[in-house]
Amino acid sequence: MTQYSPLRIFFKTVVARAYPRVIATWRQVAWIFFDMAFPIVGSLAMVLVYQGLHAPRQYLGFVVMGGAMLAFWQNVLWSMATQFSWDRGNGTLELYTIAPTTFEAVLLGMAVGSMITTTIRAGVILVAGSLLFGISYASGGALAAIGVFLLTLAALYCLGMLLASLFLFYGREAWHLATALQEPVNFLSGLYFPVRALGSYVAGGASLVPMTLGLDAMRQLLLPGTPVFIPVGLETTIVAIQVPLYAVLAGVALRFLETRARSEGKLVTRWE
Amino acid sequence: MVALQGVDLSVNQGELFGVLGPNGAGKTTLIKILVTLLLPSSGQAWVDGLDVVKDYRALRHRISMVSGGENAGYGLLRVREQLWLFSQLYGMSSSAARSRIDELLERLGLAEVANRKITGLSSGMRQKMSLVRGLMTDPRVIFLDEPTVALDVGAARDVRTEVRRWMREDPTRTVILTTHYMQEADELCDRVAIVNRGEVIAHGTPQALKQQVDEDVIVDLQLEPGRPLLDALRAVEGVGAASAREEDGIDRFSLLLADDAVLPRVLSTVEGSGRRVTGLVRRQPTLEDAFVKLVGRSLHEEDSAENGA
Repeated sequence: MTQYSPLRIFFKTVVARAYPRVIATWRQVAWIFFDMAFPIVGSLAMVLVYQGLHAPRQYLGFVVMGGAMLAFWQNVLWSMATQFSWDRGNGTLELYTIAPTTFEAVLLGMAVGSMITTTIRAGVILVAGSLLFGISYASGGALAAIGVFLLTLAALYCLGMLLASLFLFYGREAWHLATALQEPVNFLSGLYFPVRALGSYVAGGASLVPMTLGLDAMRQLLLPGTPVFIPVGLETTIVAIQVPLYAVLAGVALRFLETRARSEGKLVTRWE
Repeated sequence: MVALQGVDLSVNQGELFGVLGPNGAGKTTLIKILVTLLLPSSGQAWVDGLDVVKDYRALRHRISMVSGGENAGYGLLRVREQLWLFSQLYGMSSSAARSRIDELLERLGLAEVANRKITGLSSGMRQKMSLVRGLMTDPRVIFLDEPTVALDVGAARDVRTEVRRWMREDPTRTVILTTHYMQEADELCDRVAIVNRGEVIAHGTPQALKQQVDEDVIVDLQLEPGRPLLDALRAVEGVGAASAREEDGIDRFSLLLADDAVLPRVLSTVEGSGRRVTGLVRRQPTLEDAFVKLVGRSLHEEDSAENGA
């Protein structure tokens, strides 16, 4: 048998693991309903609340942008972090483990596939929400906002890899963590309001999730009048630091937990 | 709980080595240690000269594993796509992978379903697809963990045929196969280790293992249903081992007798129990007989004991 270089295997794994995620966009069209209709309905509810309170117009923009970012957070939590639990349940994790690839490559593949498909979904939410509620954006900040968005995605999916390492070891026991992270993070990240409203300490704590600062920076760039939590430059820097930080932590956690999982037989446990 | 204890085995390059035993004997644990999925709590193991604990990353380039009843992968993918996905984890070029996949699908009679979604496959097709996955990367050692479990006769035969053909193609290829089908081990394997309750109780060629019962007289006895008789038959002087199974409403006993002179005493015990003999055959020894002699019970009885039946 031919033995290929680790780098080659890494990149081939990324592409291969991204493939089912991308192909699912066309083969599992139920996402149109679940991943778009639900966030739009959620956003609509918040828009109605703001309209009822006669909130400034840009608040509708906060809601639409938050709705779009929600798609990514849900994707990180439920389609990435928890994926190893599913993979373990049906035996796929065993095949990933005994192959000469790495968990990082598998997870990066998942992340890339998810980013592509979720960006399409989030884009549709953004466009539909903006047209529906008549939101206008400051075009001058668009390029910078795209840059911040890409950095935020990178940091967010690195955090997803870190969370996935927990599922590698704990399996379904870690589902409680994902459940516990969903609504509180939705709230604390300021998905539907400027994060400054939470006060410095709470917002600072919530900044551990890259979406908090990334979303706030994008709002500052695209929706003039957004209350400033911290300046865009600093927010972007912190998110940029989170990318390698979470990537390294994920790598360390994956190696440590793989060894523990091999020792305790956790990789070969099927449905619990 | 101790899953394996005192296992000391060596498998030669180019060998088709069988690990035979009832459910829960420790066969799968052994395989999972050898494929680097489990760390042994003590002891050492090497595959293709590499330590399964220290050199596990290098070892993963050289091995693959196929398990019976495998359900791995992604149901929304088509057969060819799923196999391609797994080939990429080994770094194969897409063109080489596709060519190899098509060749193996053809050989296993799956060419027609190559573009079918995984969810649309029967269990036999899925198992054959798993075998393609295991073979396509051309591993130096392949571990087949109960590869024919729950397959119909035709599918099981196809799997065995392909394993043999794959071995013939390159005499350096090695297969380690676990099974609890005695006939499969007898038919396929160059050598066999019999594992029971975490321990290797015997190993050798199927022929050598069968020779352990060569001097015994082996008799299959068919009886009409009635009172339990197994313990009474085991107690007859000269009965080395006995096992029983019920098939189509008939109780079938296999007896290992020290010599022909024991048979009248057996028949007298049967008669005393009031049960009627419907058939009696003297036959050649099988691996099952060797197992019964070594363990004292049949594989089926051990399975039942493991399942708490």
